[in-house]
Amino acid sequence: MHFSRLTLASALLFATVAPAHADWLNFRGPQGSGFDSAAAKTPAELSEKTLAWKAPLPGRGLGSAIVVGGKVFVTAASGPEQQQLHVLCFAVSDGAPLWERRFWATGRTMAHSKTNVAAPTPASDGKRLYALFSSNDLICLDLDGNLVWMRALTLDYPNASNSLGLASSPIVVGDTLVAQIENDSESFAAGFDLLTGINKWKLDRPKSANWTSPTVLEKDGEAIVALQGSDGVLGLVPSTGSPVFKVEGGASTIPSSAASGDQIFIPSNGLTAMRLGESGESPEKVWNEPNERPGTASPLVIGEKVYLINNAGVLTCVDRGTGARSWRTRIEGPFSGSPVAGAGERLFIFGETGIGQIVDLSGEEGKVISRIELGETILSTPALSDGALYIRSDGHLWKFSGEW
Amino acid sequence: MKASSALLAASLCLTFSPALLSSAEWSGPLQQILKVGPEGAGNTEAAAAWADLTAHGPEVILPLLEAMETAGPIPRNWMRSAVETVFERELAAGATLPASQIRAFVVDRKNEPNARRLAFDLYGKVSPADAGTLIPGMIDDPSAPLRREAVARLITEGNAQLDAGEKEQSLATLDRALDAARDIDQIDTVAKLLREKLGQQLDLPQHFGFLMHWHLIAPFDNTERQGFDTVFPPETEINLSSAYEGKEGKSVTWQEYASADDYGKVDFNTPFSPLKQVTGYAYTEFTSAEAREAEIRLGCKNAWKIWFNGELLFGRDEYHRGQRIDQYSLPIKLKEGKNTILVKACQNEQEQDWTVQWEFQLRLCDSTGTAILATDRKPTPEKSAPARRPTAPAQ
Repeated sequence: MHFSRLTLASALLFATVAPAHADWLNFRGPQGSGFDSAAAKTPAELSEKTLAWKAPLPGRGLGSAIVVGGKVFVTAASGPEQQQLHVLCFAVSDGAPLWERRFWATGRTMAHSKTNVAAPTPASDGKRLYALFSSNDLICLDLDGNLVWMRALTLDYPNASNSLGLASSPIVVGDTLVAQIENDSESFAAGFDLLTGINKWKLDRPKSANWTSPTVLEKDGEAIVALQGSDGVLGLVPSTGSPVFKVEGGASTIPSSAASGDQIFIPSNGLTAMRLGESGESPEKVWNEPNERPGTASPLVIGEKVYLINNAGVLTCVDRGTGARSWRTRIEGPFSGSPVAGAGERLFIFGETGIGQIVDLSGEEGKVISRIELGETILSTPALSDGALYIRSDGHLWKFSGEW
Repeated sequence: MKASSALLAASLCLTFSPALLSSAEWSGPLQQILKVGPEGAGNTEAAAAWADLTAHGPEVILPLLEAMETAGPIPRNWMRSAVETVFERELAAGATLPASQIRAFVVDRKNEPNARRLAFDLYGKVSPADAGTLIPGMIDDPSAPLRREAVARLITEGNAQLDAGEKEQSLATLDRALDAARDIDQIDTVAKLLREKLGQQLDLPQHFGFLMHWHLIAPFDNTERQGFDTVFPPETEINLSSAYEGKEGKSVTWQEYASADDYGKVDFNTPFSPLKQVTGYAYTEFTSAEAREAEIRLGCKNAWKIWFNGELLFGRDEYHRGQRIDQYSLPIKLKEGKNTILVKACQNEQEQDWTVQWEFQLRLCDSTGTAILATDRKPTPEKSAPARRPTAPAQ
């Protein structure tokens, strides 16, 4: 009886704290790569009919929404120099504001006019929220808005900033929050303890501005976090920062890689596919396609296909195993955000002019099956959760749902 | 009736009296939050303290606001989120909030400027109409975020007067706005109106406190960006009559330079022509009326270092990622009399048209952005016709 109670309690605790499949925990969702195979339902239409709700947001922001435990979280920055930082929480069901926490930026808030201080997407482990801003303020709150810890990384590392603005989004891997604070001066990446915010590790990175975000590879059940930068891709043990592999030869500093299992598709010399070696070390090149160049949007891997969008707004599908082009089609860009997809063979992408599109991937060629004009600049990447899509502009957060 | 009102007032006073509260049960948690240090030190204890504090009711709001006076930027943020958490929760619950004490905290100019702005926002939620009446009195407020509200009102008023054809009134209003404005965007807005709509001559460099008169020396080498860490002679001695060996063995000497730019830009390309992979130095002196705290505020898109009275203040090796007024704020202590400022500016190898600039802009002000002027400040140079500048950098 006693044992049963404990078991039940443990089971309930696990059910409470473990991230649900419906959660979208960070930039580009699972593995930071944009594809959620568990998202069986995704909207078939973007329209007034499927618009579930629209919530106003303060100030500016282009970090994506994340969805955790029936709540949607998003960050923003306001004020004449964007020195007011906001973390906002909304109810998934109706978009009702649940709580908001505000902070003063402690680091530099200068950014190019196109981007802003709330450019990084927050991350979660299912229990807490980790919000990073371009000012290098890193704030941990629980899902009810209780403050757990704060870091003021520019006070700790005074030259760690980018006058154009930082935009890399952190990710939780196991028991570590991994963030890239990469810039021309005091450039570094770090792993932070989830409960205290203390550095678990910190390593110097190339002195070069870098807006890419970490992705996560898997090898024999072990996670390896991949840091992309101007010099290539570095694979690390997330909890220690110990190096596992290095892909030389340089890589883009804007679109991020996409990871799938033990393969990574890197925006490098066009697009380069690598597969990890036997023990995760010595990755081997599977293919390289110099003519397949992702623009600002990061590539997306779904099953046996890789999708990329170039700066001309051309969506291209290539074979995962060979890199051979299957088809290409022009969609309405330009794009700053990246595409995402669930299991339903539909790709979701929003353009800078506020046009959202769904591309049906089930046929011989990609076909836009739904289109909506939101009338606001959209620089962010959608989030998918529980059959719904979330997208934000500076001024609003939208939820589309239904018509699966 | 009178007696019960008095009792109620006394009771409210007792409940919300900051003097009593500061020594009460939250002084421990507040002290814990004040201990938060670099690299996350004290986070765990601060989280427990934050939970303690936010478990209280409205009585904790004033002590938290007051504690911000001695708090650094990180503890202040812990306190801010605690204040707002309690305030929002209690407001939603319909609890009685210490409105009059919050108001008193706002108007007391001795309180911490950011805390006062926060208190003003809180007060606006419980008493928006009265909060609005406070704004005009903030026109000379030492809290820049509060002053901003008053300036914004004057700009609106001046614009309305302009639209109504009341030029004299508008001029008076906008003059007051310019005198009071400390935020760059507001200064720009007012200056544009005064110049373009009212034909006024303005000395913006003096308003901002930009340093306009310098001695420049260049070019020293910065091939492969090595110049940033190389110690060239101006870093070891300031002798304005000396000649030194510069890049490629050429002799370089100090030369006088005066900027006429509204925003104080000191342009190395003007005397030395556009160059690449070079290092330059700018030197000036500032005569202060008194010993006081101040800030050097710099805008620069080249790699730079600054020495103040011979001590290195800070340096940054970032190139061409953007420049703006007040991009960097560096606290200093001015001496009475002569103070020296040396700026090192490095130009790199990039050749895109947006990497031609080899310049900086530097002003002295207090922490609110109010200009501090030298006792012997020279007149701002007259603007001449813009010189044609080659766009292609020479190697």
